[in-house]
Amino acid sequence: MALDLQQAVQENPLIEGLERLPVPATTLTIFGATGDLARRKLLPAIYNLAHEGALPERFNLIGASRRDESDDAFRNQAREAIEHFSRRTPDARVLDSLLDRLQYVCVPFDEPEGYARLDEAIAGLDAEAGAPPARSYYLSTAPEFFPVIVQSLKAAGLHRHEEAAVRCVIEKPFGTDLASARSLQEIVASVFHEDQVFRIDHYLGKETVQNLLAFRFANLMFEPVWNRQYIDHVEITVAEDLGIGTRAGYYDHAGALRDLVQNHMLQLLTLLCMEPPAVFGADEVRDEKVKVLRAITPPAVEEVPEMAVRAQYTAGVSGGEEVPGYTEEDDVPPDSQTETYAALRLEVHNWRWAGVPIFLRTGKRLARKVTEIAVQLKPVPHLAFQSHGSVGVQPNLLVLAVQPNEGVSLSLGAKIPGSRMRIRPVNMEFLYGTAFMSQSPEAYERLILEAMRGDATLFTRNDEVERQWSIIDPILRAWHGDGAPLATYAAGSPGPPEADALLGEGRSWRGL
Amino acid sequence: MDDVWAARDTTPEAIESALRRLLTRRRHEYEDHVPARVLNLVVIVDRQFRGEIENRLERVGRFHPSRLVLCSVEPGRRTIDAWAGIASDDGDLGAGPHPGRISVTREHVELTIGARHLRALDTIVDPLLVADLATMVWAPHGHTEGIDSLRRLAQIVLLDTQDQMDLAAGLERACELARDTYVVDLAWLRSTPWRERVAAAFDPPALRRALGAISAVTVHHRADSVASAVLFCGWLASRLGWRPEALAQARGRLAGRARTRRQEIRVVLEAVDQNPPGLSGVMIETASGELVGLDRSEGGLKARRRARDGREQEWTVLGASRGEAGILGEGVRQALLRDPTYSPALAAARIMVGR
Repeated sequence: MALDLQQAVQENPLIEGLERLPVPATTLTIFGATGDLARRKLLPAIYNLAHEGALPERFNLIGASRRDESDDAFRNQAREAIEHFSRRTPDARVLDSLLDRLQYVCVPFDEPEGYARLDEAIAGLDAEAGAPPARSYYLSTAPEFFPVIVQSLKAAGLHRHEEAAVRCVIEKPFGTDLASARSLQEIVASVFHEDQVFRIDHYLGKETVQNLLAFRFANLMFEPVWNRQYIDHVEITVAEDLGIGTRAGYYDHAGALRDLVQNHMLQLLTLLCMEPPAVFGADEVRDEKVKVLRAITPPAVEEVPEMAVRAQYTAGVSGGEEVPGYTEEDDVPPDSQTETYAALRLEVHNWRWAGVPIFLRTGKRLARKVTEIAVQLKPVPHLAFQSHGSVGVQPNLLVLAVQPNEGVSLSLGAKIPGSRMRIRPVNMEFLYGTAFMSQSPEAYERLILEAMRGDATLFTRNDEVERQWSIIDPILRAWHGDGAPLATYAAGSPGPPEADALLGEGRSWRGL
Repeated sequence: MDDVWAARDTTPEAIESALRRLLTRRRHEYEDHVPARVLNLVVIVDRQFRGEIENRLERVGRFHPSRLVLCSVEPGRRTIDAWAGIASDDGDLGAGPHPGRISVTREHVELTIGARHLRALDTIVDPLLVADLATMVWAPHGHTEGIDSLRRLAQIVLLDTQDQMDLAAGLERACELARDTYVVDLAWLRSTPWRERVAAAFDPPALRRALGAISAVTVHHRADSVASAVLFCGWLASRLGWRPEALAQARGRLAGRARTRRQEIRVVLEAVDQNPPGLSGVMIETASGELVGLDRSEGGLKARRRARDGREQEWTVLGASRGEAGILGEGVRQALLRDPTYSPALAAARIMVGR
């Protein structure tokens, strides 16, 4: 049904039925454009959006970094990065057209002259466009530069525009503890309104993570058992089989807790535990997520040994090869106390979840790469079948697999063929790869598009970040105190035995 | 690693049974091989042009149906020959799938049938479809009888109104099929990037007002792609509440008018020389002199704007051409989506071609 033209002024009648909704004209400035993240993720993501015709019809890209480089030198770097890291082979004509639109501006992050050059470049693009495009600043620098860039944008008058939306995308980590996150937020809030700020947690851009919400709220059959009456416990695992690679400089300061638990894993937890929002809007979804985080009581420092285990990998065998221990890795101090493994026991204190322990574990150099959420249901109240002669009836287990094989599996008790009534668990599996023809876009493609569109649903809000740090901060303090225990585990193993104690009697971690 | 089975003078039951055995064997031999379960696609082709259609289907990239039933029609044949196979999506079959990852498999059934089988084709194909999956049918060489027979099994019909010699008849057939199935029209999909870009061009609130003042639409298209052009104009008419009138042939082009309460819109469809099928350019003008233009160009579309004061701008809107293989792949993918704007656009297009 066509809309009348009065309505058309408010709603564009031409977008009905289109899969690709219009994105406002945008000038995107990437700070840290010569860095690793830009090279590996951002520039290839932008190329793929261009290839699919998903970028705004007017799109300008400015690379900003401290290096003094020419436009052409930066274009060459960008071309090389896209050719190397893009998920599809680039189309030469699209790539050339994209690179033609690319400019480079040298911006020493604390020097006003650099921002004046940036202002001039953006003004030039505004003039070319007639009406000024929206401005998005993507901060993909080292986090210590976030405050000075944000403040300098304000000093240069680049943080607001009367005729164009101005947005600031901030990469993780947003702070390194509660105090630094608050301090950064204070600076960000002094420059931008919250609705201008898009804090990246790239897990939220993953299709399978978003699908957690579809799985829970688009299917009637799971929600009735999604509570303390039926669920015994939950395990959230983000295990990696690789070591730290070339990231020692970052990782040795961060550790597993900051690197994965504070952000990605707590985000998975909120999506798993949140109440259904009334509508799928940015604030409605984030309001529900924050309620979950508020219902997790941060531990007292002295309670930490009871609810958290940290460990570091030692030399071992991974994939059939001998691999060094963490402190033998390149650029890692030999006396490093940084954890490469973290396991936590958390509880969400509300009517739905009270008494259901939620276990989180993550680590480097573990036996296998897997990201999953395992929801262990309680046993049936009465069993009419004999259990001898088989592994018996096991409680149902629902596993939401995020990677590498995205899907859902549900273990069910089934009768073993034969004359006796013997039961064993079987798996009912759903694999995304078998049910959809489309290739999932990279998380950054979705997030860059959403930020340009101004939709913050897949970004973390300030109160979320602050609450995440509130939960993690006491653990950090306990772990960084003198004499805090640091367990070890052999590379290639499932993790330290000390983590088993967190689970309590009768429970064990799922095999890796 | 492809498993195959073949038989002459066979029955649907025997084929279905063979498929089940192939699937069970594959599952036992390769635990990490999992059958795709997205879509049944039934294609009816002339036997002599079977290879061409198979080649087109091979090039759809990742948009393969999970079960393809190709019915190859040989005039005069009285029996059914069949071939069935399971193939893995894993490109490097010799090396096996990647450790820790699943490998998705697809089933391909080919039936060689006679024209006499078409009127009851549903009774042959029914046992060969994966139950509870959406079923799409496509007959690129006509075979209307076969399509009609399968309508009780199929939820989606894939067609290309561009393939019809008589455009009005093609649009009418699409309209008739749309009464009880979801129609995916490749001619419509060829206009998708143009519709997306025109929607984007008028998306800024200041320009949205200009939608009510459109006074002329000119569409350039490849000579055989008038279907895409008229569907594009039908889309504008149906979305913007225009009352279209029949277009008339004049000086090698189709021209006519559409009306609103306040405005008359000149509509021109003009054929141009170009290699890929589909549209070549779109120009939309308003009564106050504004212009939104899009033309095919290297690396995307060339956008042209003229403001009320006469200022003109040109730039490139980035995007890769999908090519005909991409269009067919998109057609298969669209089977699982629903575009509510096609039917109204089709209805308006039918008026424009005089039906």
